[in-house]
Amino acid sequence: MSLSKNSGPHTVSDRLAHNALRHFSERLIEMLLFAAAAVSVLTTVGIVYVLVSESIHFFQNVPLVDFLTDTQWTPLFDDAHFGIMVLVSGTLVSSAVALLVAIPMGTTIAIYLSEFSNPRVREIAKPVLELLGGIPTIVFGYFALLMVTPLLQKIFPELPGFSLLSAGLVMGIMIVPYIASLSEDAMRAVPMSLREGSYAMGSTRLHTAIHVVVPAAFSGLAASYILAISRAVGETMILAVAAGMQPNLTWNPMEPAATITSYIVQVALGDLPHGSLGYQTIFAAGLTLILITLAFNILGQWLRRKFRENY
Amino acid sequence: MQVHDHPALKAEARDLSFFYGEAKALKHINMPIYDKKVTALIGPSGCGKSTYLRSFNRMHDLYPGNRYEGEIRFFPDNTNLLSPDVDPIEVRMRVGMVFQKPNPFPKSIYENVAYGLRVRGENNKRVLDDKVEQALRGGALWDEVKDRLHDLASNLSGGQQQRLCIARALATDPELLLFDEPTSALDPIATGAIEELVHELKKRVTILIVTHNMQQAARVSDYTAYMYLGEMIEFGKTDEIFIKPNDKRTEDYITGRMG
Repeated sequence: MSLSKNSGPHTVSDRLAHNALRHFSERLIEMLLFAAAAVSVLTTVGIVYVLVSESIHFFQNVPLVDFLTDTQWTPLFDDAHFGIMVLVSGTLVSSAVALLVAIPMGTTIAIYLSEFSNPRVREIAKPVLELLGGIPTIVFGYFALLMVTPLLQKIFPELPGFSLLSAGLVMGIMIVPYIASLSEDAMRAVPMSLREGSYAMGSTRLHTAIHVVVPAAFSGLAASYILAISRAVGETMILAVAAGMQPNLTWNPMEPAATITSYIVQVALGDLPHGSLGYQTIFAAGLTLILITLAFNILGQWLRRKFRENY
Repeated sequence: MQVHDHPALKAEARDLSFFYGEAKALKHINMPIYDKKVTALIGPSGCGKSTYLRSFNRMHDLYPGNRYEGEIRFFPDNTNLLSPDVDPIEVRMRVGMVFQKPNPFPKSIYENVAYGLRVRGENNKRVLDDKVEQALRGGALWDEVKDRLHDLASNLSGGQQQRLCIARALATDPELLLFDEPTSALDPIATGAIEELVHELKKRVTILIVTHNMQQAARVSDYTAYMYLGEMIEFGKTDEIFIKPNDKRTEDYITGRMG
């Protein structure tokens, strides 16, 4: 304390700088933190680098137009076709089924937990819900194959043993906790003053929830939906187990089909010679997957900015 | 309380007490609210004036553990607003409220004003257009927003937002309008506009206003109540309260020796 008096304007910083040990440990911590950040960035860069560089070889052999427009995906046959739309259709159909389940259900649960349930119910329900998100997806896959498909076959007798519908439904259930949990956080962040304003107008709880809280939390809801889409598009095991793996260009969820992810699993498990065209399809498919996810992420960022609320 | 030739009663608190859980926040308050007059509630922070105000539209019902004792009689029908048999939503249909911080909904200007009407089941566009315009004129905002009714309300300035909230409350023709420190988040010019508006509004609606600002109470109100530690210390005509308060505590507060 007394040192800092009358000894010029640099007293404090000089004293800090002269403590060599502290200086060193500060630097060390800073470097550790930077390294941690760098690892994740470099990993992403590395993944993109590998995908792009291998895909370049692939596209030297297969024209991009064929890749996008061909209606068959038979990379391992003698008469090889590389129409990625075959896999994209499976991915999009199964994701759409999943989202049709997950978005209404997750949002409803979030509205209930945030606006209606009493605190004790919420304290129990939320962890249980989040537990659902921790179940390994392979378990969900077998649940789809052995429980949901037979049940669905009672309603639709013509449903095959593997279908996008069954896998998509279960994938939707898997995603519900993500949407419910994130949406509930977003809705609880809506200031009480807005709700009070609505109640003071003679509004009911449901009316307040739908007409005030949901619009006010919309950017958060949109973010949770986008995360859900990314999860659905990238989900692998449920589809590999329950959706069948045959490439099938279809928009009908009642059919079996391969998705981008389940194709990659299938091929990566086989013994493909390194550097062969079949081997390179993995990277082209992977790159397509990343681009789809990226597109949805950009859409999500845009939605968040557009609907951000200033309370 | 002096005997005067007072106007008709709009509401009356009778032996009103209020509890946040165990804590007694209001203690046996008796007070008349006169029809088409402005009544100001003043007192230091934590004296219970907002708690008292929020009893009139049963806002406390939103939170668990709150309890009322006593009555608030509402006239001409002599309903006890606090009776468990009275639906708080019915109460809020008749008693409007404007909050401390402007709280427009994340909707357009038009939809903000139409909100209460839609809650009441009104969906006829002609009727809505009409009432929205009337309410915005009543809130002294019409000329500023008539060309951009479908802009987001959050794009308005703070003072405009608060007048929008007043218009929103007016749209449903409330009988009693509660103001909870409506100008504490506003600059002096916006404050002046709101005060002028309050003065204008008392022609058609009874007003109860909580304020921290004693000049404001003196400027806008016909009657003033001084509260301290959950008790109603003094109630009377504003001129009398400010010129010759009966209670020493009121005098101390008004002259700035306390609070």
